[in-house]
Amino acid sequence: MAVKHVKDGAAGVALTTLESLVAWGRKYSLYPFTFATACCGIEVMGAFGTHYDLSRFGAEVVRFSPRQADVLLVAGTINYKMAPVMKRIYDQMLEPKWVISMGACASSGGFYNNYTVLQGIDKILPVDVYIPGCPPNPEGIIDAVVQIQKIIETGAPRAAERWPIK
Amino acid sequence: MSVVLEKLSGKFGADIVSTHSNFGDDTALVRRERILEILTFLRDDPELRFDFAMDLTGVDYLGEEPRFEVVYHLYSLEKKHRVRIKVRLHEGDPVIDTAVSVWPGINWYEREAWDMYGIVFRDHPNLKRILMYEGFEGHALRKDYPKAKRQPTIGPEE
Repeated sequence: MAVKHVKDGAAGVALTTLESLVAWGRKYSLYPFTFATACCGIEVMGAFGTHYDLSRFGAEVVRFSPRQADVLLVAGTINYKMAPVMKRIYDQMLEPKWVISMGACASSGGFYNNYTVLQGIDKILPVDVYIPGCPPNPEGIIDAVVQIQKIIETGAPRAAERWPIK
Repeated sequence: MSVVLEKLSGKFGADIVSTHSNFGDDTALVRRERILEILTFLRDDPELRFDFAMDLTGVDYLGEEPRFEVVYHLYSLEKKHRVRIKVRLHEGDPVIDTAVSVWPGINWYEREAWDMYGIVFRDHPNLKRILMYEGFEGHALRKDYPKAKRQPTIGPEE
């Protein structure tokens, strides 16, 4: 169908649902909280930098206050002593919120099979997207953000809504 | 035998169980009953002057008796010489006097040895875990600590 564009200064009209509009706004303004504890954090910096430029996906505004963040990006090894700190930061974030587990250490403990490292942050947090790699490259982070955008767009349940897994 | 070990043996006799100086590393295995006297002597003797407790660590010789060992690494900033003092401790009674009164800086090393090996330092002013958190079960560097043991996750209240 051909659309006739008339430049008369009047506002255009698009019809949608309120949910879709809100989701559209949310998906392009994901504010990440980077919980970077290891070398994954360096890759996160690369993803925010000019070369990969995560701001193309609307997720470049890093918030170092959990109350202003939408996505908890856990990048690095989490040990038992750090776990309660991470949990508290997650609890302080406002709904709706998503969690990205970046890299082998955050997802499973990685090669730190020892007395001090938490064997995957999904022991205490609902994780929406896992990024494989050690460390993953910035494309992995971009892909994870796009995955979260898809979750928002389709209205798929967040991991927190399925938590705890029985 | 070096001056340090000679003076030590001359002063404490049978309380020095054995000594050696392999590769110039003076080492003395001593009995734990007089450890405080021995350490104080090493610090205060005008020829020895061990004024710097560089390190203290535990060792777990699982399967041997006595099982545990405490090693003091001492250095003299004035005389530029070193000595290692070792004490063996039985598994059922891994207790030794604290050396905080001799060198205050040894405080945290003793807490580390307690945290990792469960060695008790009697009269220590603040003997609690230093690396692991309160609520950690067991002593992680003991040889019989299970490799795959998982700790309870602590956290803010649910």
